[in-house]
Amino acid sequence: MRAEVFRAWIAAAARVIGEQRDHLTQLDAAIGDADHGINLDRGFTAVVSVLESAAPATPGAVLTLTGSTLISKVGGASGPLYGTAFRRAGKALGDAADVDLPGLAAALDAALAGVQQLGAAREGDKTMVDALAPATGAFSKAIAEGASDADALAALAEAALAGAAATISMQALKGRASYLGPRSVGHEDPGAASTALILGALRDATLAGP
Amino acid sequence: MKKLINSPDTVVTDALAGVAAAHPSLAVDVENKVITRASGPQAGKVGLVSGGGSGHEPMHGGFVGYGMLDAACPGEVFTSPVPDQMLAATRAVNGGAGVLHVVKNYTGDVLNFQMAAELAGDEDIEVVSVVTNDDVAVQDSLYTAGRRGVGATVFVEKIAGALAEEGAGLDKVADVAREVNERSRSLGVALTSCVVPAAGKPTFDLADSEIEMGIGIHGEPGRSRVPLAPARDLAAAALDAIGADLPLSGDLLVMVNGMGGTPLLELYVLFNEVRQYLEGHGARIARNLVGNYITSLEMQGFSVTVCRLTDTLTRLWDAPVDTPALRWGR
Repeated sequence: MRAEVFRAWIAAAARVIGEQRDHLTQLDAAIGDADHGINLDRGFTAVVSVLESAAPATPGAVLTLTGSTLISKVGGASGPLYGTAFRRAGKALGDAADVDLPGLAAALDAALAGVQQLGAAREGDKTMVDALAPATGAFSKAIAEGASDADALAALAEAALAGAAATISMQALKGRASYLGPRSVGHEDPGAASTALILGALRDATLAGP
Repeated sequence: MKKLINSPDTVVTDALAGVAAAHPSLAVDVENKVITRASGPQAGKVGLVSGGGSGHEPMHGGFVGYGMLDAACPGEVFTSPVPDQMLAATRAVNGGAGVLHVVKNYTGDVLNFQMAAELAGDEDIEVVSVVTNDDVAVQDSLYTAGRRGVGATVFVEKIAGALAEEGAGLDKVADVAREVNERSRSLGVALTSCVVPAAGKPTFDLADSEIEMGIGIHGEPGRSRVPLAPARDLAAAALDAIGADLPLSGDLLVMVNGMGGTPLLELYVLFNEVRQYLEGHGARIARNLVGNYITSLEMQGFSVTVCRLTDTLTRLWDAPVDTPALRWGR
């Protein structure tokens, strides 16, 4: 996978976040402060325009620039968290011009580690980690078992979706939803939902890509 | 939902342009969303920077001026500002004596200020961060992101700002900021939701007969819903919650704060109930604020913040201040 696939990923992510902006905001209204879709849409819109003008040449540079732009544009908790995720993934890819599946898996593991280090969230806390951690786990497992590219990426995206859905029954222990205590149960975590959208966009872009 | 705006996308920058027009004592960078004193950085004085989502006005921009903040960075509505803004503010107020970041304890604010402090450190600007966390509605910090920073932030900015104005060093200014936070507790109550401009509808639904106890300042729902009660009972409920965590005795600084949509008439009704409750418990309101200081857009409701004063804190509270939202003694 070369830089254009990664640019296509980010473009696809921006598109789906734009489409789901109101849905993400509604999820956030239920247990947070009703701005998740609005903030991510603003951030990814800026990322798309920055990527178009800077046209970074390597996959790592695409993701690093995506991350630093999100940090500068999003604000809230999701700006630093998503920004760190993309920056760590970009750094893990180094300056390779072409990335294989194990390389991508290592980058996503680095993203997860960055998010957990910054946000101090564990699985089960009802955060984006609950989509990202099962997704990276399923992805690495599929690769180890010799799955095709398509199957491994499908496993990644499906595990993220399932992980996001599983947050519905969780009580939030981190982030703004934690202030609700038991009343946070019964709602999908907006950060987990947006993570599933972004990883779904990764699957779609890589399968459609050159 | 009716709003006095041009567009939800420009509400923060349009308001900042208005702040700039209304207050020549402030320098407002509308594009980068940084408010500083027009007088610029003062050599040898510790700089005070705060920031947070917009929608809490006058916090924080209204507290920029002599005796209080040196700069404020407003984010989008209810969204923490970004590190770029905080770094720009930190640079702008650095008079060589270091910079204090006053940060309300919300995950986004803490993470962004942490990144900004690291960036400032890379530029050899000494930064100390003090996180306010006075909201007693958050009972269990072990299973949450910790107590939220609310009304005590006003006290911290005023008192630390006064000490910085006297020429105290960064450590001393940070110490008094922490002391004020530790001696303060708050509780908020909502009668209605607020409407985030970009969302266009109420963040939560509340029946006519219900109130939300223990709200934060972002329209995030509180911990419990209870029937509406007379002001006397609401004051008692708020002070019971505060008193369970902070001894209500001696000389107190008390703020009865409106959430944005509550008439002053009602805030004074409430203040009188707060006064009677505290006097009944053997405490004395030595200093007070009644009005809208840390709001949540057009939400109806109030918060009560209590700080146990010392002679030093009282002196610093009384020190001259000259900002758009707090002004006395000068």
